Amino acid sequence: MEKKERIGVYICHCGTNIAGVVNVGEVSAWSAENLKDQGVVIARDYKFMCSSLGQELIQKDIKEQGLTRVVVAACSPHLHEATFRNACKGGGLNPYLCELVSIREQDSWVHTDKAAATEKAKAIISGGVARVIHHEPLEPLHVPIHPATLVVGGGIAGIQAALELADAGFPVYLVEREPSIGGHMAQFDKTFPTLDCSACILTPKMVQVGSHPNITLLTYSEVEKVDGYVGNFTVAIRKRARSIIEKDCTGCGICWEKCPWKVVDNVFEAGMGKRKAIYVPFPQAVPKYPVIDRVNCTYYIKGTCKACEKFCPTNAIDFTQEDEILNVQVGNIILATGYDLFDAHRITQYGFGRLANVYTNLEFERLSNAAGPTGGNIVLRDGKTTPKVVGIVHCVGSRDKNYNEYCSAICCMQSLKFAHLVQERTGAEVYNFYIDIRTPAKGYEEFYHRLLDEGTHFIRGKVAEISDAARLPAEEGKLIIQVEDTLTGNQLRVPVDMAILSAGLEPRRDAKEVAKKFGISCSADGWLIERHPKLDPVATVTEGIYIAGCVQGPKDIPASVVQGAAAAARILGKIQQKEVALEPVRASINADQCSGCRICNNLCPFNAILFHEDKMVSEVNPALCQGCGTCVAACPAGAISGTVFSNEQILSQIEGLLFLNIPKKEAVA
Amino acid sequence: MSDTPETKPFEPIIIGFTCNWCSYRAADMAGTARMKYAPNVRLIRLMCSGRLDPTFVFKAFAGGADAVLVSGCHPGDCHYINQNYKAMRRFQLMKRVLAQLGIEPDRLKLLWASAAEGAIFAREINSFVEQVRALGPLNWNKTSFTIPADADKEEVPA
Repeated sequence: MEKKERIGVYICHCGTNIAGVVNVGEVSAWSAENLKDQGVVIARDYKFMCSSLGQELIQKDIKEQGLTRVVVAACSPHLHEATFRNACKGGGLNPYLCELVSIREQDSWVHTDKAAATEKAKAIISGGVARVIHHEPLEPLHVPIHPATLVVGGGIAGIQAALELADAGFPVYLVEREPSIGGHMAQFDKTFPTLDCSACILTPKMVQVGSHPNITLLTYSEVEKVDGYVGNFTVAIRKRARSIIEKDCTGCGICWEKCPWKVVDNVFEAGMGKRKAIYVPFPQAVPKYPVIDRVNCTYYIKGTCKACEKFCPTNAIDFTQEDEILNVQVGNIILATGYDLFDAHRITQYGFGRLANVYTNLEFERLSNAAGPTGGNIVLRDGKTTPKVVGIVHCVGSRDKNYNEYCSAICCMQSLKFAHLVQERTGAEVYNFYIDIRTPAKGYEEFYHRLLDEGTHFIRGKVAEISDAARLPAEEGKLIIQVEDTLTGNQLRVPVDMAILSAGLEPRRDAKEVAKKFGISCSADGWLIERHPKLDPVATVTEGIYIAGCVQGPKDIPASVVQGAAAAARILGKIQQKEVALEPVRASINADQCSGCRICNNLCPFNAILFHEDKMVSEVNPALCQGCGTCVAACPAGAISGTVFSNEQILSQIEGLLFLNIPKKEAVA
Repeated sequence: MSDTPETKPFEPIIIGFTCNWCSYRAADMAGTARMKYAPNVRLIRLMCSGRLDPTFVFKAFAGGADAVLVSGCHPGDCHYINQNYKAMRRFQLMKRVLAQLGIEPDRLKLLWASAAEGAIFAREINSFVEQVRALGPLNWNKTSFTIPADADKEEVPA
């Protein structure tokens, strides 16, 4: 080695998180003593390295001790790598000459044997020291950021995000799978705890989206493919054929009036109502253009009918329309694809689908909705009988290890809302069967108290069964809810006319495929993973991809709106900077060493390697290279090197990690 | 070095390679959730399991490691589209080469772990440590291990 580096080693106590298991004093003394030959000139341990005092300590040493490399042994680089790189930068050292090694997540938090954990910390630090010697000063790559944003999902979270971005003056593409935006919120009648009419607060926002000059609304569309990286994504969107010429359609409604074919609407009406084969999902739909459901349309089945075409005053029907693929450029992407309702059929003992008067929460939302199939009349499936006793079952498919362990967060308040609506409109007696009542937000607990005052019955116990098998005359013709009241210890059989299952929220059925398409991951439950559960809840580990609303986990409307706005704010901050700094983790080919074998050419999944026929050498395009390093590992001539993860860095780290054990091995031999 | 060889169990030293996106985050997750596992594995972060140059594995064995763990995203989940398949191919190749060098191929393990699978990561490390403990220290030059007859029949996925 030509010039010896001057390395500083900093060991963080992280309060007791590290120091409680790893003997930090010993590790620090050992590093100063045993890693001297590698160039360590100073080793310190400190209570909180990430604090400003800790950072100043490093900066002072860089100046006073003339450090040329820094190793920090603390938490995961995914948490504080940027912090310590910036600290080094502040001290006048190139940020990439700093290495953060994890002795918390990988050591003190996962081991109980203090001596072994201390030895492991020494090995990890020695690996970091050996590696940091080969670090090179680097500059982040700056790439321009495209001002447009793609928002996937037109529920309340996506709507909020799109409006925030568009109002700030930037273009937005809002892609929605269904024919209209609005999402689940559009299906609800009232929203808790204020009991605002859902449509009254949602539809103005939908109209704003539909008419906003900065928003390109693509409904009945889905994202097919995503290429590129933060700042420069190319997205292919499939715009499914509506069979309507949008520029000619006025949304007058004659076509769906004249359409002779009615089908059960399993999406918007949750199976409670019917729609035509040409339809808009609900009267306030945005956009106003209908869509022809080709599976059920008589013309597509039998080749005749065309009633809609005959009556359309503007000739806007086009039976030959085909799917269109649009390619758009965007700088950032927000995923707000929402949730699916837990399928209540899965809990067979609750009888949903078998017992007529067992409803899901979404069915009840439609039933109680003034614009729903019964005009808001709460009646049984026969369409006329008003229930006299109603039972609401909480936690259906949530807080249950057989289905989903998590709490779906909204069901308690939603059940309370249902109880209120039933009492208000029918005067029926209402029983709530709950495990715990969870009302932790503004005005929620007060709403619960209001329901208690209104005389709703609350029975604490998980419902065992809903059946129609009467044992007593009073149970004849009723649904019997079998439950143990855990507050009194009594087994109860409660006869009711109607049972409502508060089914929980689940990740979208295709959440995994969506995550894969956008290069992010799902948790074990299937919700998309945020970068940090507390401090970075809308960003993901992939730069430029954000998540908002229920796609991240169950939440209510206010929380979804907050996340939509937060994701938009994060993106606005990025767009305002006009360019984005990328990690300079890139491969490059030494033309003198390249033999032109082209092995690397086909390995690259991003087509970042070009082959120059004239010179018979390959070259990496740094704008396309994502830095995976596969080509570096595969090059038989060793002509490709990768910054930040070079062969020298990794081979030295291996040596460093094993440094502790070399004398032992020799002694054995 | 014969203090108390009988009472002290053999503690293998294992070098583990993780990818930046899935398996390193699985390790982070195991940490955040305070799941306990054996302290024998020392991890190296790569951007992708596709970065794994077979040299790294041989270097680790030559440098004194008793075993090597290679981990990455599940097939199909690779952050770089499909580079973990390349790691999978190299893994099969390395197992053959190890056998030919006289090293038990069981000293090399491939583990897929997503960012959510901290528990699997911890569990698999424990089982690997036990597996290597059973194999004993890697005394390469003194090993009595013979190449299994079917070593080169092992299937290499395309």
